[in-house]
Amino acid sequence: MFDFLGDYDILGAFWTTIQLAVLSAVGSLIWGTILAGMRVSPVPIMRGFGTAYVNVVRNTPLTVIIFFCSIGLSSTLAFNLAPENSPTFIIDNGFRLAVLGFVAYTSTFVCESLRSGINTVPVGQAEAARALGLSFSQVLRIIVLPQAFRSVIAPLASVLIALIKNTTVASVIGVAEASLLMAEMIENESDAIILVFSVFALGFVLLTLPVGLLLGWVAKKVAVKR
Amino acid sequence: MRLSRVLRTSAVVAVAGLTLAACGGGGESGSKNLVARAKEDKKITIGIKFDQPGLGLQTQAGKPEGFDVDVAKYIAKELGVEESGITWKEAQSAERENLIEKGDVDFIVATYSITDKRKEKVAFAGPYFVAGQGLLVRADNTDITGNTALNGKKLCSVKGSTPAQKIKDEYSKDAQLQEYGKYSDCITALENGSIDAVTTDDVILAGFAAKSPGKFKLVGEPFSKENYGVGLKKDDAESRTAIANAITKMQQDGSWKKSLEANVGPSGYKIPEPSPVTEK
Repeated sequence: MFDFLGDYDILGAFWTTIQLAVLSAVGSLIWGTILAGMRVSPVPIMRGFGTAYVNVVRNTPLTVIIFFCSIGLSSTLAFNLAPENSPTFIIDNGFRLAVLGFVAYTSTFVCESLRSGINTVPVGQAEAARALGLSFSQVLRIIVLPQAFRSVIAPLASVLIALIKNTTVASVIGVAEASLLMAEMIENESDAIILVFSVFALGFVLLTLPVGLLLGWVAKKVAVKR
Repeated sequence: MRLSRVLRTSAVVAVAGLTLAACGGGGESGSKNLVARAKEDKKITIGIKFDQPGLGLQTQAGKPEGFDVDVAKYIAKELGVEESGITWKEAQSAERENLIEKGDVDFIVATYSITDKRKEKVAFAGPYFVAGQGLLVRADNTDITGNTALNGKKLCSVKGSTPAQKIKDEYSKDAQLQEYGKYSDCITALENGSIDAVTTDDVILAGFAAKSPGKFKLVGEPFSKENYGVGLKKDDAESRTAIANAITKMQQDGSWKKSLEANVGPSGYKIPEPSPVTEK
């Protein structure tokens, strides 16, 4: 019953899923922090951009964003992220476009989580820092963000878990991650579809469960006691 | 403590999985076979594709059209059911076996290739058409002449599909493969030039080419063989024979050829001779 599983590179497919998730997570953490900084900054045009970006991208379906990255950016506008004459152009380009899409989308959730974290830091601290003569970016970097991050580990864990599962959307543009292999297996192993589903569901549980447990523990450890 | 919680959670997951698996079987709808039910109720439910021009396409007006649909209508008529008694249901590739086993559809005519794996779950009548993997290129393309001229080319097919897997397995040294969720996405990419050819069963490609005449062309000889069959419940031998007879009759009285000419003919696709019905 389980023999056919050996014919497929399931680990390889999940490895691509992990790569997608890790690169997108790092990217969205960076871009999301910048966005959060914009949204609380004293410069109106930055606040306006941050607000507009978050509201537009957060409310667009992820499938549309990922599909647009491939058909819109790459195929129609010829915006490619890999050398066009390389023999692995389609694979590299698809993977990088997917990461771009995931970063664009997930960063809005990181930004909003972080902004709520910034709100937990008492205003008095920022005022005191200003009174000491620190600039806005110094206040944010040295005083506010370190505390804000510590209070939003748990919500960020939810964002990360959502991101790991969202990577399955990359299969609509042909990135060879877990759900694309699942599509292949469903096509070939039509007599064992439930088993195929179970294997992939279990795979994702194995990826996300430790993330939730670990980050929940970290969140408790580093929480700001007030 | 932590570990035991993990163990408990995975146990719950495993149980949930087993329950799901158990739900898979069972579910008989009536004890009578298809032929008897069609005769009595004058009603039938048929699974087709809703998104394949030329074969099975749900139009804006809500009436499906295409070669598969014509075959389905012909079989229904032979079973004694008028067109008004047919309920059309979308049968996506991944769920076809399930729809038949659960009895949600009486039979399926949806570019359904006869394979041994599938025969373990459903029965087939047919083949009513023999397709082969082909290549669709832009009409002005001259350098792709067939599957031997794919060096450095970019191909497109639907993710996970058999044609896509064939390219990955046998042509990966020569060609790159872009996989999209739907054939129409591949056609878009072909149209704006980011890929060189779309590959899947030639008759499916002909359906897309017939939809926008003059833009695309089919090239080369088909390089695989797909026997399209009518899928139905596994143990319903009588209905299988009745459907097989209907297919033979349709091939002989000329309506088979007429339907193909009307649906995929405008693409320039060469209509083959009907192949003998072997699954009956």
